[in-house]
Amino acid sequence: MRPEGGAAALPAPGVSFERADSILTVHCSGSWTLRRGQTRAEEIEYELGPEIRRVAFETADLRHWDSSLVAFITGAIEICAARSIEVDTSALAPGLKRLVELAEAVPENRGARARVSRPPLLDRVGLATIRYAEGGSAFVSFMGALVIAFARFLGGQARFRRLDLMIAIQDCGARAFGIVTLISFLVGVILAFMGAVQLQQFGAAIYVADLVAIGMVRDMGAMMTAIIMAGRTGAAYAAQLGTMKVTQEIDALTTLGLSPMEFLVVPRVFALILMMPLLCVYSDLLGILGGAVVGAGMLGITPGNYMRETVAAIGLGSAFGGIFKATVYGIIIGIAGCLRGFQCGNSSSSVGDAATSAVVTGIVYVVVACGLFALLFNILGI
Amino acid sequence: MSDTGTGSATRPRDDSRAPVIVVRNLTMAYGDFVVMRDLNFAINRGDVFIVMGGSGCGKSTLMRHMIGLQEPATGEVLYGNFNFTRADTLERDRVLRNVGVLYQGGALWSSMTLAENVGLPLGEFTDLARAEIRDIASLKLALVGLKGFEDYFPSQISGGMQKRAGIARAIALDPSILFFDEPSAGLDPISSRLLDKLILELRDTLGATVVVVTHELASIFEIGDNSVFLDAESHTMIATGNPRELFEHSTDPRVRRFLTRGREEPAAG
Repeated sequence: MRPEGGAAALPAPGVSFERADSILTVHCSGSWTLRRGQTRAEEIEYELGPEIRRVAFETADLRHWDSSLVAFITGAIEICAARSIEVDTSALAPGLKRLVELAEAVPENRGARARVSRPPLLDRVGLATIRYAEGGSAFVSFMGALVIAFARFLGGQARFRRLDLMIAIQDCGARAFGIVTLISFLVGVILAFMGAVQLQQFGAAIYVADLVAIGMVRDMGAMMTAIIMAGRTGAAYAAQLGTMKVTQEIDALTTLGLSPMEFLVVPRVFALILMMPLLCVYSDLLGILGGAVVGAGMLGITPGNYMRETVAAIGLGSAFGGIFKATVYGIIIGIAGCLRGFQCGNSSSSVGDAATSAVVTGIVYVVVACGLFALLFNILGI
Repeated sequence: MSDTGTGSATRPRDDSRAPVIVVRNLTMAYGDFVVMRDLNFAINRGDVFIVMGGSGCGKSTLMRHMIGLQEPATGEVLYGNFNFTRADTLERDRVLRNVGVLYQGGALWSSMTLAENVGLPLGEFTDLARAEIRDIASLKLALVGLKGFEDYFPSQISGGMQKRAGIARAIALDPSILFFDEPSAGLDPISSRLLDKLILELRDTLGATVVVVTHELASIFEIGDNSVFLDAESHTMIATGNPRELFEHSTDPRVRRFLTRGREEPAAG
């Protein structure tokens, strides 16, 4: 009496009940297979009158069975146990009886079942506040440790592998060239298109060069590079450090007396601090090139005129302002990536969460910083 | 909670009679949840000390407390006379330089080759030249049977080999105390037995004290000189002593049940 293939040819599963005095006999017949559907154990509840003191199972007419019957019987046993009704499984087929006994062998662990109760609103507000406060203090201690580690780094005392720093620089520098090229060029093209449509109406098409130059150099170059790097490098940092946490590689550094902050975080953040300004300058140039292509192709501005207008439009303050912003964005992205990596839990899904969170945190703080810079530069008249 | 002085880190190797590690009134907790309470035991020099107990009872957590990766809720861990729990990071690092740890999965740094993994501690804490570091790393790898695998990355070798490479890294600085977290987990019986032999050999040749977190009975009886048994249900330790003697003389049904692989069920009620 074991499950077989070809469910269509099998007789349907059947259950019938027979009452005699205080005994309810449950007859299971036909083919009880998962493919024929599952009979819920609750069906027995309707048959359990107050007079029933004992339930017996009968399987003489059973053809085939699998887990569906075991689930039905164990479910029925639980229902009976809740009503203090005795259960007799002696008439079950031997294999079936052993499986039922196995399922019932270890009683449910007290407190093992997760509670699904929803705490009241005030509790939830309180818990969320505590969580935020904890997150805040974790951030502050991370920043403190990072500042100390950077001070040691600048003093030449930090312990880290030069090779790791070089790899990090290559990774967030040279390897990011392709994507920065593509995006920056396209942003330049888009800015030029948008400007051209409006400015052409006033016969001021040449000012497209000013618009693209100022837009790219002051903000868009740094901003677009930051968003690319947050998605690329910030996520990578979080995933790398998160995985190292899961595999206890960070613990191994700690017990060796090597500071993970100096060994892992400083080279990564420093690489971004070095590379972001360079990528920003590169992005500015590519954006201006994109604008020049539109200027030449659509508006008939000669490259020479376009360049003269561009050079006249960009002040030194704007150029250095953009580079400064990019450096700050680099610090933000590096910190967001490493912090989320360090806060990662101990499972593979939490590595994914850490990477996602690093990108979101990075981009949000980059945009917030961009807003603050706009305000600050306005006040300083840059 | 008494405090036995805050003197500088002593090398336990120098004092042959005193215990190397003393765990005193240790309570471990995650937030409000108490994992283990009132742990009191001492680990003697040259012993292979087993931390045993059922899955999830807090054996690895105890190890993490003993090497400073987690802070105790109450109580303290002493290395010789040195109060490790109360020490600051610098003092702890000094003590830990004398300690080698093998983590459960090996925890090799995946971006480095095996030679670089073993060589990193040597490069950071000795004045050896690069070629000398390479030689010593090769020697340590040879000791664990991985001669010729110097330039492999951890992802290119099997789980058992990763564990052995983890041991090579743990013994890089010739530590006097070695911690092994579940060394034979996930290994076939033969590799597992070879690892046991390796642990004993390292103990004898390095003169090290070895702490092994495990629930593998074969290993426990084969290599254990002394042990502590952690019970998940009562959240505390319920036995200490030589595992073979515990097997023969312990009257605690929970200990007997564990050491006999459940063949001796505790009396009902």
